[in-house]
Amino acid sequence: MTFNAAHLLGIEHLHPTEITTLLDLADTYANDNRAGIAHKDVLAGLTQVNMFFENSTRTQSSFELAGKRLGADVMNMSMATSSVKKGETLIDTALTLNAMHPDLLVVRHGSSGAVDLLAQKVNCAVLNAGDGRHEHPTQALLDALTIRRAKGRLHRLNIAICGDIAHSRVARSNILLLGKMENRIRLIAPPTLMPSGVQEFGVEVYDDMREGLKDVDVVMMLRLQKERMDGGFIPSEREYFHRFGLDAEKFAYAKEDAIVMHPGPMNRGVEIDGTIADDINHSVIQTQVEMGVAVRMAAMDLLARNLRARRAAEQQDTMV
Amino acid sequence: MNDILFKNARLIDPVTLTDESGSIAVKNGKISAVYRGNEADNVTATEVIDCGGMCLAPGIVDMGVKVCEPGERHKESYRSAGRAAAAGGVTTIVTRPDTSQPIDNPETLEFVARRAQQDCKVNVLHMAALTKGRAGGEMTEIGFLLDGGAVAFTDVDNVTTDTKVLTRALTYARSLGALVVGHPQEPVLSKGAAVTSGKFASLRGLPAVSPMAERMGLDRDISLLEMTGARYHADQITTARALPALERAKRNGLDITAGVSIHHLTLNEFDVADYRTFFKLTPPLRSEDDRQAVIDAVDSGLIDIICSMHSPQDEESKRLPFEDAASGAVGLETLLPAALRLYHNEQLTLPKLFRALSLNPARRLGLDCGRLLEGAPADLVLFDPDAPFILDRANLKSKSKNTPFDGARMQGTVAGTWVAGRRIVEE
Repeated sequence: MTFNAAHLLGIEHLHPTEITTLLDLADTYANDNRAGIAHKDVLAGLTQVNMFFENSTRTQSSFELAGKRLGADVMNMSMATSSVKKGETLIDTALTLNAMHPDLLVVRHGSSGAVDLLAQKVNCAVLNAGDGRHEHPTQALLDALTIRRAKGRLHRLNIAICGDIAHSRVARSNILLLGKMENRIRLIAPPTLMPSGVQEFGVEVYDDMREGLKDVDVVMMLRLQKERMDGGFIPSEREYFHRFGLDAEKFAYAKEDAIVMHPGPMNRGVEIDGTIADDINHSVIQTQVEMGVAVRMAAMDLLARNLRARRAAEQQDTMV
Repeated sequence: MNDILFKNARLIDPVTLTDESGSIAVKNGKISAVYRGNEADNVTATEVIDCGGMCLAPGIVDMGVKVCEPGERHKESYRSAGRAAAAGGVTTIVTRPDTSQPIDNPETLEFVARRAQQDCKVNVLHMAALTKGRAGGEMTEIGFLLDGGAVAFTDVDNVTTDTKVLTRALTYARSLGALVVGHPQEPVLSKGAAVTSGKFASLRGLPAVSPMAERMGLDRDISLLEMTGARYHADQITTARALPALERAKRNGLDITAGVSIHHLTLNEFDVADYRTFFKLTPPLRSEDDRQAVIDAVDSGLIDIICSMHSPQDEESKRLPFEDAASGAVGLETLLPAALRLYHNEQLTLPKLFRALSLNPARRLGLDCGRLLEGAPADLVLFDPDAPFILDRANLKSKSKNTPFDGARMQGTVAGTWVAGRRIVEE
């Protein structure tokens, strides 16, 4: 087993073998979850704190469920209503929390790099549940597991990522992960929603859905992040749907056995047509949610093992 | 008899662009004679300093230093700024008006002038705001402020979108011969940006601005100069794409000069790495191509002035997520050793460095320092350009320690700083 990281802050610093290790473990958890096999002993005695500075329903509940399935004591801190509103800085919040000795800290924050900053100030394992427009590693990992289970492999696939790439941390983490696993990545978006310098990422860039979707194995749709936009990036939602929304006509350009993914929450009729999203022959959107719990179980399991090993080593040092 | 004789020095002369051994005699606070080679063997003085072959250059004139009085003395006071300057070979500080209470009226100017007089052993000159509250709405009392000693007028990085106000202020300043310092960044495009757009910005997911914003800002200001004929200095030109516009404006005879901060000459966008906020600057750090182009522009003289853009920030305002963190870095003490990186890399000669550090800012502000000439003030810095050291930010004299060079290997230590023939020693 190879997984040496102390925190899961992003895909950028993970090695492909670490990704594979994590996905292998998540795969068994996914099977056990389906079979109803419990693993209450894995995180028993450990405290998991979910700190969400941005509102989240699915990611937070997924982390909560993952922790509970592994027997951790899970606490949810709703930061939107806490002392942050009273002017406390992120560092002070981190120090306060650190004094309570949590073991696993799951953080979502609206600013890119905020989770990295927090990880420097605490001595527990930190999991990034999304920071600004930077990374969302567990989402990329659950997408990877979903693809691997649907396609039987996670390399040499043609994968199209479509939509609001500029504002998407999901897109960044997926580009990094799928690139590390040696897939061909296509980005499809109107130029206003394409990040600058994107050509240097080793991806193919399209601004035409039909051209971009031609013969792909996987279609990943992204949500139009209206809340992160500070001006007109697109003329209107209906024009966006017409040109970049995934409907049956555009999806026909992809391979016959192509799968459709979406990180949720979906804007039906904006980036994806309802019938495509619900098409059980192609859509794996519900599987993504299921894999989310398994991937988060695996991530926390591996980080907890490293945390326990580190603490044991420290104890050894102090005894000497 | 002379007061001081600096013997056996390597004289860095930015006027003749020469770098040769010689001696300098000082009398009554002024340079009384410059000797080449061994000409000074028979000259006598009350104090003879054997420079042992170290470099003797005109003291640095640092245009654009923020001292945080009034309002935020815990970040930098005149006393601490003066010490930092002396330690860095800076003999003249030109302060910025972007204090928490802006220097936009004669009374505040008088206050800071008095504080500087009391606490600072190096020369201090002040820039004042161009518009009230630096808000870009109404021009300040440029006449009164000139009478009070203001050497230039600037709203620093608050760039007004109201070109009508700016046109009037430039026209009015022109009638008084006042120098206006602009910040050539298109303000709307730059709004909220923390880094320069490109692959790195996209990877880090940070709000970014195109380097084109600088050329747009400069183009606008140049157009207004053609209209008004004002005297203008662009505080920082940091991108390759702005240089042709600057070159054209100079060729067309406009009264325009340009500066660049030492950080944009020695660092690039990748130095931000994993969200290191001490590298967050205004304008943001640029690509390596831009950095190289700007170094060439300093070499050719297209960019006139190198400054530190000394911007003290306390730990609290820097220990935040990158987007929310304050911008700016301290630079008074690291200006010279950082600049010497360009000399050691064989990109700029020492005389050309001091042309940009001392001579050109002095000329632009109408000062007679910045030269190794008979009759010029004896504002001098003696330094060993080769002495290596590792910078420890805890040892900085500045109250704020937000340097991007913490832990950096540098070369060049200051052996002494003289202002008007008096050595600055720490009490």
